[in-house]
Amino acid sequence: MATATKFIGKPLKRKEDPRLIQGIAHYVDDLVLAGMLHAGFVRSPHAHAVVKSIDSTKAQSAPGVVGVFTAEDFRGQIGIVPCAAQLPDLKGAPRPVLATGRVRFVGEAVAVVVASDRYALRDAMDLVEVDYEPLTPVVDPEKAISKNAPVLHEPSADNVSFRWELEGGDVKRAFKQADKVIRQRILNQRLVPMAMEPRGVLAEYKRGEKTLTVWSSTQIPHLLKTQLAAMLGTPEHSVRVITPEVGGGFGSKLNVYPEEAIVAHLAMRLGHPVKWMESRRENFVCTIHGRDQIADVEAAVSKDGTLLGTKWRIIADLGAYYQLLTPLVPTLTGLMLAGSYKVPAIKIEIIGALTNKMATDAYRGAGRPEATYYVERLMDLIAAELKMDPAEIRRKNFPLPKEFPYTTPTGVAYDSANYQRSLDIALKKSGYAKLRKEQAALRKQGRYLGIGVSTYVEICAMGPSSAMPAGGWESATVRVEPTGKVTILTGASPHGQGQETSFAQMGAEVLGLTPDDVNVVHGDTGAVPYGIGTFGSRGTAVGGTAAYMSLVKLRDKLAKIVGHLTGEDPKNFVFGGGSISSKSSANKSISLGEAIGAAYTAKTLPQGMEPGLEATTFFEPTNFTFPFGAHVCVVEIDAETGGVRLLKYVAVDDCGNVLNPLLVEGQVHGGIVQSVGQAMFEEAVYDEHGQLITGELMDYAIPRADAMPWMETHRTVTPSPVNPLGVKGVGEAGTIGATPAIINAVVDALAPFGVRHVDMPVKRERIWKLMRRKAAPKRAPRAAAKAKPKKKSKSAARRRTSRRAR
Amino acid sequence: MIPAAFEYHAPKNLEEAFRLLDRHGDEAKLLAGGHSLLPMMKLRLAAPRFVIDLGRLKGLDYIREEQGHMVIGAMVKHAEIEHSSLLRAKCPLLPEAAAAIGDVQVRNRGTIGGSLAHADPAADYPAAILGLDAVMELQSNSGSRTVSAEDFFVDMLTTQLRPGEILTQIRVPVIGKGSGTAYCKLPQLASGYAVVGVAARVTLANGKLAQVTIGVTGVGPKAYRAENVENALRGKKASDKSVAEAARHAAHGIDALADLHASADYRREMAGVFTRRALALAIARAAGKKA
Amino acid sequence: MSVEIQVRVNGQPRQSTVEPRTLLVHYLRDVLGLTGTHVGCETSLCGACTVLLDGRAVKSCTMLAVQADGANITTIEGVSGLNGSNGGLHPVQEGFWEKHGLQCGFCTPGMICASVELLSKNPNPSEAEIRHALHGNLCRCTGYQKIVESVRYAAGKMKARKR
Repeated sequence: MATATKFIGKPLKRKEDPRLIQGIAHYVDDLVLAGMLHAGFVRSPHAHAVVKSIDSTKAQSAPGVVGVFTAEDFRGQIGIVPCAAQLPDLKGAPRPVLATGRVRFVGEAVAVVVASDRYALRDAMDLVEVDYEPLTPVVDPEKAISKNAPVLHEPSADNVSFRWELEGGDVKRAFKQADKVIRQRILNQRLVPMAMEPRGVLAEYKRGEKTLTVWSSTQIPHLLKTQLAAMLGTPEHSVRVITPEVGGGFGSKLNVYPEEAIVAHLAMRLGHPVKWMESRRENFVCTIHGRDQIADVEAAVSKDGTLLGTKWRIIADLGAYYQLLTPLVPTLTGLMLAGSYKVPAIKIEIIGALTNKMATDAYRGAGRPEATYYVERLMDLIAAELKMDPAEIRRKNFPLPKEFPYTTPTGVAYDSANYQRSLDIALKKSGYAKLRKEQAALRKQGRYLGIGVSTYVEICAMGPSSAMPAGGWESATVRVEPTGKVTILTGASPHGQGQETSFAQMGAEVLGLTPDDVNVVHGDTGAVPYGIGTFGSRGTAVGGTAAYMSLVKLRDKLAKIVGHLTGEDPKNFVFGGGSISSKSSANKSISLGEAIGAAYTAKTLPQGMEPGLEATTFFEPTNFTFPFGAHVCVVEIDAETGGVRLLKYVAVDDCGNVLNPLLVEGQVHGGIVQSVGQAMFEEAVYDEHGQLITGELMDYAIPRADAMPWMETHRTVTPSPVNPLGVKGVGEAGTIGATPAIINAVVDALAPFGVRHVDMPVKRERIWKLMRRKAAPKRAPRAAAKAKPKKKSKSAARRRTSRRAR
Repeated sequence: MIPAAFEYHAPKNLEEAFRLLDRHGDEAKLLAGGHSLLPMMKLRLAAPRFVIDLGRLKGLDYIREEQGHMVIGAMVKHAEIEHSSLLRAKCPLLPEAAAAIGDVQVRNRGTIGGSLAHADPAADYPAAILGLDAVMELQSNSGSRTVSAEDFFVDMLTTQLRPGEILTQIRVPVIGKGSGTAYCKLPQLASGYAVVGVAARVTLANGKLAQVTIGVTGVGPKAYRAENVENALRGKKASDKSVAEAARHAAHGIDALADLHASADYRREMAGVFTRRALALAIARAAGKKA
Repeated sequence: MSVEIQVRVNGQPRQSTVEPRTLLVHYLRDVLGLTGTHVGCETSLCGACTVLLDGRAVKSCTMLAVQADGANITTIEGVSGLNGSNGGLHPVQEGFWEKHGLQCGFCTPGMICASVELLSKNPNPSEAEIRHALHGNLCRCTGYQKIVESVRYAAGKMKARKR
């Protein structure tokens, strides 16, 4: 990359914004086609039941209804929901697109109704009568994998989906040598991704051309196209998938869902375009969930705080069926359990459990937030046990910058980092030392400030194809049009990340144009080369690199043409200001237009050179990238209510080189706040009957505008050696780094109460209980009026205990 | 997302509304601002055959002073109460409670009458209405009657309103000299409804609490007056100690609700905490301290 | 069964016959084709459907079209027509663009409408006042901070224009 840049690295406003801020962009639900019908799904209210019969006669004859379809109608016509995960011994849990005889989670579709408009459709759906015979649901993952639990998928003998084991280093010796062994069970609760736009699909089949076009709110148009062709038995060259604007994904749209296949099938079957829009209630029950793991960790440490080894047993609740990557996500947790520390020995056992719930899958961070949370909690537990400062114990166990690439005992090679530097900056910017003093002073007044630190490393730029089920490369075609405008066609599929802007910045930089001269096209399999999509913080690091390499190819070709025309060495040209100028001689410069003209008119090209100006790259990264950072968070706890208030947030992130710092900041902010959601508010709670009792926004809280203090973000830059741009990726960093920082702060605040761990989300009552169950802290006496109720509340706590005992 | 079909009526005056109510009986629902009824209809938890829209009625959207009282028409929106300079001066508790409801958009549409008639056990207004010892005017074809706030709330989602009756007006006392009010709330973080909401009104005379009224919402199946706290404090010195001691009993005898968001124990405890906070704030305001 | 309504939408008079149960958001989107207003939930909590009704922010998913009879409605498509933007962008729209106040853009029309109302009542809001005023609008992408910056930018711009 050039050292002095004109556009790369600059905070340019987004090119995609004008249409979005004026309400003239188009999401799936905004598209209307002539003769379009609407589909709606009748879903199981039971977590586990036999579908005895479905009577659709009344619905069939309701006004506006075109048809009602059940699994029987699709038999042999639509394949099962695909799962790309390949794990040894992975047990089958095949999901038909509509339930065949048995439902396994609340929200599983049993029938689909098609009608002429939304209102008629909604009315008709109430008329479909389904007779269920309830079965015992399996809700708790630990019980699910125990003996005698009802089995979800016969002929399997149990609900264990897989066991994944990994061992590196001498774990036995580590624990023998340990001065201390620290144990903790740490939960990572189930979450709902909650993209603001629910899912939606529109499909149209043209009988004459025999082409199927599917507009879907997805992150993976190409993979969806291939899977749809396979599921529908339709030749892939006649299927086109288009992603219009996508209103957020966070991994929830990195999938292939039954509704996509059914709507496409119905469009072909009925000869009308068919649209389905998910409601928010459906989004809660039948779009993938995230996280949901139980981790038991043991750590062997020496008394000076050196990590000697860790042992992990993790149970991952996968839900009832596999979606695209369901069983893979927990294995990503396993790979990252060394965190940003030198741990000589690790032993990991991960068990996938099948339960009567919606599938979990890749939700922002996908396995890595879980790992980082466990490891960062563990570091604080060790620090507390050894009475060390949390920052000190981290620094003690970091690999040194010169040790990179650093390979962990889990076999992962971290590309480049300087963990010490980001921690130093985070501590300095947050005023860590002063905060500790403030905390001590406030404790004496009965106020509970908590300071939390987290230092994370994560996997981005997914990834080398060897490690990715569907390949991990990305494609880009760049075309310099005859008039000098540039079109970048990318296989990545941005949906808010802003790559229409950042890729245009690259195009302008490389070819000496302005970003307005560059148009970025994505999300249309009929227009762009086959690609993988946007997820795993790969859009820029892999997709951007492919675009950059194609741009460089064209720049080199243009230089060769101009060299041929002027006799100058092609290496001697500079692109800029609409011309290609020789560094040595002004009369060996020509306008960009003239050079482009030469390429297209093809009359004066160097011998053997192909005409035209189009280049395609399929970029295959040699490794993942490993962004890292340090976050510091300050909370205060209301001792009376248990309420946690965020007072300060400082983040130092390193995502390598940056194309547009504005976009990076936006990603970090959003990631942190999503993390605040997990730490403080969000939890998908299923009751013992398998009902999702946080099934709407009335009960499932996500962060609102007033949840946050002003976030302070800083960056260090450690370029990745894995790609020529030196970028690492940033889409998930905030979500990975922030959760443990917040919980560490909460636990730190509760230290005077003898609390060493608290599970997420830190709901008020949970904290309030902890503050009452543990001994009241010693502190200086205060004004009588305020000290007395404290005593009273102690006696109140006793009363409650006795009531509980009765 | 889509309500079941219904027959729509938009009466121009109360008489017409009464006639429609009488004709359609319990197959009809009154629509005020729609922020309680429409969400239920959209989820098809309610599917009335007839909807009687009171939004076209004239003359139920007033806020005025009458003989030492503030009278408020049932169709006055939360935002109008929140921002009413008249109410802020004469009865600041109502604007304070209104400001705690939902969000800007909800306050721009929801009405005081609609909210009270719906009687959600976690709504904000009921606490204020009780704390103010308000009087509700209920009208029907056969005339009008008044019901005290305390009597108005019968049970969860149930009020004194009889078939054919419409809540038309709320009458609250103008705040007197030496008086102070406050509404303190612990919101449910997803919905914004009150886990606990406490409205307190006090009058100080010679440093003593001459008058104390406390309305509590969110804790039990219906909003209630915390009478034992009132009784314990009435006539007593307004000290931190006496207030804290009395407030602890704010949920005494109440069958507290328990749900995903708060256990009964926690609600009871928070009733005490927020009663103390509301009282302390009301007392400070009564004493002329800015808070 | 159907009822007739007359509304003014983005300055244009509209006369339509609708089923009484038609939600305002569906009237705007499906009848008038104004698809800039989005539907993100069923429980009046996400704010994506926020429009201005006689200048006040309301959730158009929690209103019947018939309740809007006679009203003046501004949707995101008409926001630039307010405040003499001279056909250009409204200062709030400019703010969201300048300050990166949006990512996927789905919540943005509602956010902008709610912000327009805020600034009409409070031309110089503090950070806390902005956050409070946007309590009814959920965003899953931005973390809200840049939205706050966007609204501040707009406030400054509107103040400068008034001078």
